Amino acid sequence: MLSKSQAKTFFLGGTVVTFAVFLGLSWNTLSKEVPKRTHEENLTPQVVRGKKIWEANNCMGCHTILGEGAYYAPELTKVYERRGEGYIKAALMSPVPWSPRGRKMVAYNMPEQDAADVVAFLKWIGETDLNGFPAKHKYNTTPNTK
Amino acid sequence: MKYKSQKVAYWFFALSMLLVSLQIIYGFIMGFAHMGFDNLHELIPFNTARAVHTNLLVVWLLSGFMGAAYYIIPEEAEEELVSVKLAYVQLISLAIVGVIAVVGYHFNYWEGRKFLEIPRPLDWLVVVNVLTFLGIILATLFKGKKRTTTAMVLTMGLVFAALLYLPGMIWFDNQTMDSFFRWWVVHLWVEGVWELIMGGILSFLLIKITGVDREVIEKWLYVIVGLTFISGILGTGHHYYYIGAGKTWLLVGGIFSALEPLAFLGMALFAVAMYRKGEKKHPNKIALNWTLGTAIVSFVGAGLLGLAHTLPQVNMYTHGTLVTAMHGHLAFWGAYAMINLAIISYTLPNLTGRKLYDSNRGALAFWLSNIGMLGMTVAFGVAGVAQVYMERIMGVEFGEVQKEIQVHFFILICCATMFTTGIILYIAEFVKYGTPSDEALVAAA
Repeated sequence: MLSKSQAKTFFLGGTVVTFAVFLGLSWNTLSKEVPKRTHEENLTPQVVRGKKIWEANNCMGCHTILGEGAYYAPELTKVYERRGEGYIKAALMSPVPWSPRGRKMVAYNMPEQDAADVVAFLKWIGETDLNGFPAKHKYNTTPNTK
Repeated sequence: MKYKSQKVAYWFFALSMLLVSLQIIYGFIMGFAHMGFDNLHELIPFNTARAVHTNLLVVWLLSGFMGAAYYIIPEEAEEELVSVKLAYVQLISLAIVGVIAVVGYHFNYWEGRKFLEIPRPLDWLVVVNVLTFLGIILATLFKGKKRTTTAMVLTMGLVFAALLYLPGMIWFDNQTMDSFFRWWVVHLWVEGVWELIMGGILSFLLIKITGVDREVIEKWLYVIVGLTFISGILGTGHHYYYIGAGKTWLLVGGIFSALEPLAFLGMALFAVAMYRKGEKKHPNKIALNWTLGTAIVSFVGAGLLGLAHTLPQVNMYTHGTLVTAMHGHLAFWGAYAMINLAIISYTLPNLTGRKLYDSNRGALAFWLSNIGMLGMTVAFGVAGVAQVYMERIMGVEFGEVQKEIQVHFFILICCATMFTTGIILYIAEFVKYGTPSDEALVAAA
């Protein structure tokens, strides 16, 4: 039967080994995978400004990006490809709440420069290699251009 | 209660009760918004309600863990806390940081990073606060006569939780890097070191309630926390499938996160087995309910419902949908809310000296809150699965789908009302116990 000291060894040994593997895999991801998959060379100062605006307004509090955030408003990773620059800018610069189908967005009334920065950020993130996410729809009942 | 300084735990629990009430109010605001009633939009838009709801959860759970540690450590180490005054200062500063953060969220003072919305300048206050807390706990342990496995596992969980907060404070220009390290905090907390905290508290409760030999309980505690780390650390990979972190994680995350339910299954079997083995019949049935309840519901909520969407093939479709909210609610409730309510229920009679064990109200609080939360989980699940099929598989536009699933939020709100009734009864019970007294100290001696 298992003794307490064997159980302790299992805990400590298991932790050290898995954590070492985790650190190794993380190092590989951060040094090799991420720069390539996110096209780090395209990470311009404008994109970074866009990310700052994105965070300062807690856009993730309603939307998801890379599938992460809240589930109140649409996934935005591929929004640049789906809606285009004009639509995104209109939503951000609107002085009244943007409300497609009745669900309201905060009226950001953003200056055009800020909106352009957010667009740059969304364009950059849309080009990331995400292992196929979001999945292609199996059927296409309504076009996504409304 | 055996040590006078344990009394400080009560005030941490009281803060938890206050914050959980506020958390529920903001939950209702979001539930109604999902149903189409967003009348508060101008005042409290969804992103504010969301940040407040999740951050209050984190703060009340942490406050409960801190209270639990202030109660458990003196008893396990057989030593008074080194400084009660400093513990009160720490409590007040925790409350102040919490209030500033929550008020700030209403005025766009935040960082839009899910669960880590507290702005970085305030993060430093959190660090100071947590260091003070850890200082008191570690110094007490160091001075104490005994260093039990239960106390060590609990303390280790608290120390690692503090260390893991740091990667979340680094700024990254790259969203993928940002997300990568955000999960070092969030995932390694809830599917890693917080389970150590939970395991430590659970072990303490089982020793006290069942009377089973400490050596037996602590041996299995090691096995469970071992399983937690072996599966949970590499299980972080399930957050890295689709964020631009590479293909290795599909395999590693898939395999190890599929093993994560084992730790929770171990916890459930462990609690039930110790209860059946125990010959002591502790009169505090309410605490027993919550103790066994947390072990079982965490297995269902965190273990099984997590497994339901953790494989990359499934997660490809469920990632970023209400399916996550389904899992999130029962997981946090079962594992971390219930362990807090368990330790509070166990300690209240000891802290106050009033033995109000068999009240119907206490039992009703347990059942109503649990059935209510289970109902909410089902409602989220139905809405989430419907969303996945319509939006992700059929390609129906997001807003159209949200209109179709509004009706499930009506059921959600009905169940949330039941849940809230349970919590109100729990808090009523808490208030009825009154504040801790030194007479309780004499009674225990």
